Amino acid sequence: MTQLELPLPEPGPRVGLFVTCLVDLFRPSVGFAAIRLMEDAGCTVEVPRAQTCCGQPAYNSGDRADARAIAENTIRAFEGFDYVVVPSGSCAGMLRKHYPALFAGDAEWQGRAAAFSAKVFELVSFLVDVLAVESVAASVGEAVTYHDSCSGLRELGISRQPRALLRSVEGLELIEMQDADVCCGFGGTFCVKYPDISNAIVARKTDSIRASGARTLLAGDLGCLMNMAGKLKREGSSVEVRHVAEVLAGMVDTPPIGGRG
Amino acid sequence: MQITSPAFKRNAHAALGDAELQKALGNVRSGFIDKRLKAVEALPEFDRLRDSARAIKNHALDNLDLYLEAYEEKVRDAGGHVHWAETAADARRIVLDICRAAGAKTVTKGKSMITEEIALNGFLEENGIRPVETDLGEYIIQLRGEHPSHIIAPAVHLTKDQVEADFRRVHGHLPADRDLSEHEALLYEARRVLRPAYFDADVGITGANFLVAETGTSIIVTNEGNGDLTQILPKVHVVVASIEKIVPTLEDAAQILRVLARSATGQEMSVYTTLSTGPRRPGDPDGPEQYHVVLIDNGRSAMLGTEFQDMLRCIRCGACMNHCPVYHAVGGHAYGWVYPGPMGAVLTPSLIGVDKGGHLPNASTFCGRCESVCPMKIPLPKMMRHWREREFERGLNPAVQRSGLKLWAFFARRPRLYGAVTGLVAPLLSAFGRRKGRFTKLPLAGGWTEFRDLPAPQGRTFMQQVARDRRAR
Repeated sequence: MTQLELPLPEPGPRVGLFVTCLVDLFRPSVGFAAIRLMEDAGCTVEVPRAQTCCGQPAYNSGDRADARAIAENTIRAFEGFDYVVVPSGSCAGMLRKHYPALFAGDAEWQGRAAAFSAKVFELVSFLVDVLAVESVAASVGEAVTYHDSCSGLRELGISRQPRALLRSVEGLELIEMQDADVCCGFGGTFCVKYPDISNAIVARKTDSIRASGARTLLAGDLGCLMNMAGKLKREGSSVEVRHVAEVLAGMVDTPPIGGRG
Repeated sequence: MQITSPAFKRNAHAALGDAELQKALGNVRSGFIDKRLKAVEALPEFDRLRDSARAIKNHALDNLDLYLEAYEEKVRDAGGHVHWAETAADARRIVLDICRAAGAKTVTKGKSMITEEIALNGFLEENGIRPVETDLGEYIIQLRGEHPSHIIAPAVHLTKDQVEADFRRVHGHLPADRDLSEHEALLYEARRVLRPAYFDADVGITGANFLVAETGTSIIVTNEGNGDLTQILPKVHVVVASIEKIVPTLEDAAQILRVLARSATGQEMSVYTTLSTGPRRPGDPDGPEQYHVVLIDNGRSAMLGTEFQDMLRCIRCGACMNHCPVYHAVGGHAYGWVYPGPMGAVLTPSLIGVDKGGHLPNASTFCGRCESVCPMKIPLPKMMRHWREREFERGLNPAVQRSGLKLWAFFARRPRLYGAVTGLVAPLLSAFGRRKGRFTKLPLAGGWTEFRDLPAPQGRTFMQQVARDRRAR
C-alpha cells in the first residue's frame, strides 16, 4: 500500500500569553495588540485562565513564600507551551531571570522553573529575535519617542528590537529623547513607598519627553507608562502615551493611557 | 557620626526641597556619567577587565585569612607594624595610642572613607589632637562641620558659590577683592592654607585602595598629591584600612587599577598612584620613621560566606551612585550614614544593622543601572532584595505594608478568586473614571495621586474579555 504524502502546512509555535496584572486590569487593549502581532507572525496564541501576576510585588518586598507560591501557579499554567510571551520587560524578566532563584534547594521545582524560564520572552524581542519579524504592517502617522524600561533594557537586552519595528511603521517618525535609558521612577511599590523621590525622578523624565517634541510616548511596560502618563497629565501636557504593542499592531483607535486632553 | 538612616524619608524630603543642593547635584548627573562612558568606550577590553577584576577579588576573599597573614608578615619584614582592630572603637584607640606615642598635636589626613566609618576625627579632637583633612573636598566639608556626601567627591553637594562663602568666612586673611570665582582659585587658596599643616603634622593618616599581600605594600590613588605629602612628611605614617582591601599581588592591583579610575572619574589612571612599603630605609631621601597599618574588620568578616560577601569586592569608585536616579534626586546625606547610593544601600545595613539601615535597600527602583556600571560586577539590586527579605522575615517593615501585601498575595495566589475580584473592580473604576480617563484623587491611592494622575481602567478585564474566546484555556 502506498502512502499518499500531502504537504502539511507547518503549524506556527504555540504561545501562551502571560498578559500581566496591569494589562489585565487597566489596559486589555495591550493584550489584544500582542495577540494580533503574534498571530500575524504565524503563532497560535492561547491565554491560560490560571494566571494573575508574576509575583514581583511579593518578591521585591522580601516575601519569598508568596512569590514562590505565585510562581508555582504560573509555571503550572504555562508549562505546556512552546513559548511564554509577556507584553512587559519587567514581568518577563521576573519569569525568565528570577523564577529559578525562588526554588533554590528544591531540585524538582528548580528543574521545572529552569525549563519554564528558558521559554519566556518579552513580546517585542520575541517578535524580532525569535520569530525574525523585520517589519509590521501598521500605519501610524505620528512623531513618537521611546522610553527604555529598566528591566527590559538591563535584564533582557531590549533596546534595538522595538526601535527596528517602529521604524517599519508607515508614517511614523521616531525621535530619541535625552536619557531614554534612565529610570522613570516607577519601580513597582517604590513609587508609593517613596512618592516624593519617585516624583522627582519622573518629573525629570517628563522634561525629557516634552523636550523631544514627540507627540506620543511609547514604552514596553505598563507600570512605567502609567507613571509617565499620570505625570504628563498632571502637568497638563498634551503628549499621548501608549504601549509600543498598540502602535506596532496599528491599534491606536482606543484613547491613550490616562485619556485624551 | 550620628546615624540618621532611620529618618531617610524625612532626610530625602528635605533634600528634594533644598534648591542649592539640587543645583549642585546637577554636576553628578552631567559630569561623571559622560566621562566614564568615554573612558569605557576607548578601552575595548573593559568588560573583560571587569571579569578579571571580579575574579581577583573573589579569590582574595575566599582566601582572606591566608592573604592577610602573608601581608602582615611582609609589612613586618619591611619594618612596619600591623595592628588588628575588630571594631571601630578598637581602631580609634589604636590610632590614638600611636598618635600619643608620637606626641602628636596635629595629624594630617589623606582622603579616607574608613576613617569616616570609624568616626576618627571627632575622637581625635576629643583627645586634644587636631586632624587636618588635606583633600580639597574633605577640607571644605571639615570647614563646614559636615560629612562626605559622596565617596569620591565628598563635597559634591555644594556649589562653588557656597565654597567661596565658606572660605571667606573661615580664612580671615582674605581681602574682599580677592577673586575666588574659579575652581582653581579655590584650590590654590586651600593649598596655601594647608601647606604649613603638612609640616606641623606629627602623624599622617591615609586610607588604602589596595593592600598587596605579595609585598606588604599599601596603595592610594589621588588627584591632588595631598596623599603623598600626608604620608611622606610626618615622622609617622598610619595606614587605616579595612580587611577586604587585600589583593594577592602587585599585578592584581594593577589589573583592578585599570577599571578603578575609569569607573570613578573617567580618567585612565588617577593623577597619583602611590605605593608605600614600610618606613624610610637607610639611604631613602625621605619618608616616615614609623609605618603602621591598622587593619579593621568592623563587621566585614561577618559578611563572608553570606549572600552579602560579593559586596566586599567593592573598590569604592562611586560609579553606582553616579548613575543612581535616587542618589541624583536626594544626594548622599539623605542616606544618613557614611556610605550613600546603591553601595551604601547594601553595605550600611551590614555594618549598622538592617533595623537602622532598612530604608536604604528599599529606596531603590531596582533600575539596575548601578550593577550595569559596577566595575566589580556586584549584583547590587539582588543584595538590596536580600535585605528586604531579612526585613520581611524579622517583621521590620511597616504593618500597613505587610498587611497590604498579604491581602494582595491572598488573591494573587488564587486565580479564580482573583479574576472574580478584578472583574468587579476594573469595570467599576472604569465607569467612575470614564469621563476623563484618569483620576486626580482616589481613596487608598494617595501615594500615587499626590504627584500624578492615575489612568483609569479601560473597562472589563482582559481575562473577562477573552473568557469566551477560542483562545482561552
